[in-house]
Amino acid sequence: MSGKHTLWNNVLFGLGLALMIAALYMVFLYVPTEKHSGIVQRIFYFHVPVAWVSFLAFFVTFIFSILYLWKRVMKWDAIAHASAEVGVIFTTLVLITGPIWAKPVWGIWWTWDARLTTSLVLWLTYVAYLLVRSYATEPARGARFGAVIGIVGFIDVPIVFMTVNLWRTQHPSAIVFEGGLASPMLATLLVSIAAFTVLYVLLTIQSANLKVMEADIGYLRSVPEE
Amino acid sequence: MKVLARILVIFWKDILTELRTKEIVTLVLVFALLVVVIFNFAFGTRTGIEELVAPGILWVALTFGGVLGFNRVFVVEKENSCLEGLMLCPVDRSVIYWGKLVGSFTFMLAVAVVITPIFLVLFNLPLFLPRLALIIVLAALGFAAVGTLFSAIAINTRARDMMLPILFLPVVVPVIVAAVKATAPVLAGRPWGDVLTWLQIIIVFDVIYLVVATMVFEFVLEE
Repeated sequence: MSGKHTLWNNVLFGLGLALMIAALYMVFLYVPTEKHSGIVQRIFYFHVPVAWVSFLAFFVTFIFSILYLWKRVMKWDAIAHASAEVGVIFTTLVLITGPIWAKPVWGIWWTWDARLTTSLVLWLTYVAYLLVRSYATEPARGARFGAVIGIVGFIDVPIVFMTVNLWRTQHPSAIVFEGGLASPMLATLLVSIAAFTVLYVLLTIQSANLKVMEADIGYLRSVPEE
Repeated sequence: MKVLARILVIFWKDILTELRTKEIVTLVLVFALLVVVIFNFAFGTRTGIEELVAPGILWVALTFGGVLGFNRVFVVEKENSCLEGLMLCPVDRSVIYWGKLVGSFTFMLAVAVVITPIFLVLFNLPLFLPRLALIIVLAALGFAAVGTLFSAIAINTRARDMMLPILFLPVVVPVIVAAVKATAPVLAGRPWGDVLTWLQIIIVFDVIYLVVATMVFEFVLEE
């Protein structure tokens, strides 16, 4: 990697580290405990950023899938793939932190409302994306198929959300989240979102670079020895 | 019109193959019927249970039967390099998609035409339900649009048939939800009410996915 590349990487890493430390401090020490839910509510400051990042990750996969099918630049496919991997990790975290928060606060692990169901379907769709790429017979095919799924799967997200929303309005919802955040809470949330976004960018870049290098190695291996 | 003729040629080829072998339809019919029967045992015999679970049972049977069938759509082309033969035809790839789509849509309708009356009889529901026919036609179109596209992807992976349900089911969740919700009032004999809203969702899904799949199919069938 070029010197300039490493410089950016280091800057990003430093920034991410600083933001994450700040976020951890704010979540555990700075922000006051919420009245109704108690300490467990602090998961919210991890849950929301992670959920936002997972949507961002799949949006990035969507965009780079289109770009890859259009121009066939291998690096763009690497970014799409890496972003989907990180997205699945983050979606898994959403699906784990959500119930951990919900059980003490709402009394239930899970409910089939629009946001939860859409997150679950999103997780399933992108796990399928990763599976197809692993099970592809050649990397080039995996890239093409992945790009197709990255596009088709993302388009589904608003449709699933709207459908489940409509489905749920027919059942009374026991969940009410009061809007409006006090300013220390809002600040904590924003710092946490920034920290996790930088983490996402770092992980995706690292993963994408790895994939490009793996592809290069694969190519070099295939060149016959003289 | 030439495009339509080409689509129909591909479709006719599949119909002829199926008529001669009767492979797909027979197996899927029996499977779907078994799903209905097994679900009946799964849910027990409490009174009033039928109205609650009947729509779900019908759509689970049609969905899983559909997945089985969509697998076969491209698997038959894998044998004897028929797929390469198809790709050699001087037509747009999307024509191949539409030819296969018409075939899988017809197949789904054929299965539904047999399964639904049997299902209605087993659950003691009225047999003449034109609204149900409309729901089935629209939902089958959505299933076929997604299933045909993903079948072409799935059979080209090492996991082959097993990959299709994993790909297909999450994406068609809106169709399943809307179809079940639309079917419930129809089976109970209630007036239109919400049914139109759910049908609109299925129609929107169908249109979006038919367009997207048509645009994207050429990338699936390269080489």
